[in-house]
Amino acid sequence: MNKHECQHLLGELSDYVDGELGQAMCEEIERHLADCQNCRIVVDTLSKTVRLYHTHGQDPVPGDVQERLFKVLDLENLR
Amino acid sequence: MPDDPAFVERLRQGDKEACAICVREHSTNVYNLALKLTGDPSAAEDVLQETFLSAFKAISRFEGKAQLSTWLYRIAHNAALMRLRKRQVETVSLDEPIENEEGIPEPREFADWSENPEEVLLSVEMRRAMDDAIASLSETLRGVFVLRDVNGLSTAQTAEVLGLSEEAVKSRLLRARLALRERLSAYMATEMER
Repeated sequence: MNKHECQHLLGELSDYVDGELGQAMCEEIERHLADCQNCRIVVDTLSKTVRLYHTHGQDPVPGDVQERLFKVLDLENLR
Repeated sequence: MPDDPAFVERLRQGDKEACAICVREHSTNVYNLALKLTGDPSAAEDVLQETFLSAFKAISRFEGKAQLSTWLYRIAHNAALMRLRKRQVETVSLDEPIENEEGIPEPREFADWSENPEEVLLSVEMRRAMDDAIASLSETLRGVFVLRDVNGLSTAQTAEVLGLSEEAVKSRLLRARLALRERLSAYMATEMER
């Protein structure tokens, strides 16, 4: 493992997991990941973190909160 | 529909049906932004009400240069920050991450939980760990993360809501994501040892 390469990779991780990196950079990262288990774990768990929040991070507006919101806006009959 | 000039005109005219559509369309994102920023359901409800009351009152000043949703989230973000500042509870982590030369926190947790089954990842405890992790972020990272990764806005729209450059959004998003990964990994490492 080359620590300098690991640090360089860190700066590109968001774009990598979002699929927004160019092909050459992706290939460079994938070559590094093939040899660096820690970075592989960081990439996999970072992707999972982003996916978890994206799919399950939102709380629904509670029914009573929604009801009071419509009431305060004088929209009670339009819920 | 909600960004259609005719729809905005209905809002300007005080059309109640249009107001209700606007609330139904945006209340979940506004509520979540407020809840995650303040960490307080009661404050989040206040921000939710204040956002729509202010928006409908000031709709005549909405020029349509930004999307209606961008304008609403900006009002909500400002209202949530006002509440946070009033409480003056900006907390400083006692466990600040080590930063590398580029100012990006270096990973310290290497437990591989990416293949853990969904029922473990979606347990009540994990949901609480996810909420606690967001609450542990600094105010500046929290806003970017919630808008971008929880509410699903684009980088450009997040930048517009917060008055930042897209580069600044990307930089803060990376730091937020790494910090959250670190927190969740520490939590999962403990769970995996059980």
